[in-house]
Amino acid sequence: MKRFYFDHIAAAPLDARVLEAMMPFLAEHFGNPQSLHSFGRPARDAVEEAREKVARLVNASAAEIHFVSSGSEANNFALKGMALARRDTGRHLVVSAVEHPSVLQAAKSLERQGFQTTAVPVDREGRIDPERVAAAVTSETVLVSVMLANSEVGTIEPVEEIARFCRSRKIPVHTDAVAAAGNIPVDVRALDVDALSLAADRFYGPKGSAALYARRGTRILPLIDGGIQEGGRRAGTENVAGIVGLGRAAELAAVEFDGRAARLSALRDRLIDALPRRIERVTLTGHRTRRLPYHASFCVEFVEGEAMLLALDLKGFAVSSGSACASKTLKASHVLLAMGLDHALAQGSLVFSLVEGTTAEDVDALMEAFPPVVERLRALSPLYTQYLEEKGK
Amino acid sequence: MYTDKVMDHFQNPRNVGVLKDADGVGKVGNPVCGDMMTFYIKVKDQKLEDVKFQTFGCGAAIAVSSIVSEMAKGMTLEEAMKLTNDRVAEELGGLPKNKLHCSNLGADALHKAIENYRTRQGEDPAVEKKKGRGGICCPYCDGPLEGAEGLCRSCHVKLMECPACHKITKAGEDTCSHCGARLSST
Repeated sequence: MKRFYFDHIAAAPLDARVLEAMMPFLAEHFGNPQSLHSFGRPARDAVEEAREKVARLVNASAAEIHFVSSGSEANNFALKGMALARRDTGRHLVVSAVEHPSVLQAAKSLERQGFQTTAVPVDREGRIDPERVAAAVTSETVLVSVMLANSEVGTIEPVEEIARFCRSRKIPVHTDAVAAAGNIPVDVRALDVDALSLAADRFYGPKGSAALYARRGTRILPLIDGGIQEGGRRAGTENVAGIVGLGRAAELAAVEFDGRAARLSALRDRLIDALPRRIERVTLTGHRTRRLPYHASFCVEFVEGEAMLLALDLKGFAVSSGSACASKTLKASHVLLAMGLDHALAQGSLVFSLVEGTTAEDVDALMEAFPPVVERLRALSPLYTQYLEEKGK
Repeated sequence: MYTDKVMDHFQNPRNVGVLKDADGVGKVGNPVCGDMMTFYIKVKDQKLEDVKFQTFGCGAAIAVSSIVSEMAKGMTLEEAMKLTNDRVAEELGGLPKNKLHCSNLGADALHKAIENYRTRQGEDPAVEKKKGRGGICCPYCDGPLEGAEGLCRSCHVKLMECPACHKITKAGEDTCSHCGARLSST
């Protein structure tokens, strides 16, 4: 059976050129970058070269890039590291209600250490209103963290505007750019943010390799103490192959993402335009145009997301869902609920996220395969029966 | 994640549909936990002559409903009332741990349909007995609750009454699942 991958938000496939760059560092160049002898040198050079490449991707300088193990670590590092470094000036954080759990839970953890958090609500399209962020900020606020793009609904957030306001109040801003970096232009100087998280596996690099940009002069405490790596800010022997992979992926993305974004957004729009015409009562989630180029997300009424995901998987299509049943915690997506969707509608969440190599034929195959899945599950659904009865009246 | 038998019943569910002239109808679940099941029964000589169902929910919920309908068909009402959710999960070759309480409501829905039949027949309305004080039910599994606060015995969710809308919601959450009011973290 032919298989189709529509789950970029879980992981993008590893680019063969990235793998090739990584291989020597899993084999002959096994040395520790911190070693002074000749085995350490190639590893150290490779790590520093990767740092340059990641810095170039986001228009930072190399010294501002800190390698970490994942987007979640980068977010925890930023939230805890920056808030705790400034705890003597205030104990208040502002986040948005649709942040990744690694931001929201890090904020929760800080609450247990005496901080207070304001979670700014979003509109029906998942957009954060900069004015509400401005209204949430107090004289006690030590950090504002708002994501650049949301991986569940694809919406791109007005971080630049938010950062402009925060700059005027001298409040540091962190942005979680894990879903965005390497896929849309990200420029830390233009955004004027103090910290930014990115992860290699969202732009065709390896898993377990990510980075936190922290503007020169940013006060940030380490999460992991005990070493001189990453300027003393993150102890632990470097994941050299992973870092090299991140660097190579960043180098490729910087050159290729424009063309890729144009190609994928055309396919994305094809899905967004056609699907609601093929299936009744299907609605787009997130903003129609201000969204990630690879991202098409919907709520399908009267059916549940995990069931659709399973049925599509049986036909060879890999997708994601934000329904309660699809999550290990059995909770509906906090993003969809924050957008004001009710539980029943949020249960019908489905995310199609495209990757490099997705073709128009693949999208057409998906649009062929999907309507019968929905039809079959709706035939089982008491909610759909009720809808038909009410419609008939 | 799921056994072959679960996948088989998910792909080819048995006894799907609505019985227009059902002798009893039982509904469980709600969209907050994600699964809703409706069972329809036809009774003849105290036996389940026909069973049909409709389910909104995940793969596990659909498979559970399907196998319950298959198991129950032909049973006496008494036998069917003894069917437990655990027995259903066993018949499916097991369910993932996190689905055991949320999606495994098939036997409950069947029992409700039988109770509904008995009520219609003017028999002892067991439904009333089964419901907790004031008829309060768990919003996650729709099982009976002893009081407004505490632990749901059937799905082990800790519950509390929302101070704003007075509905039962999960304790320890930030907001009420019904009205979105902020809950104090006590």
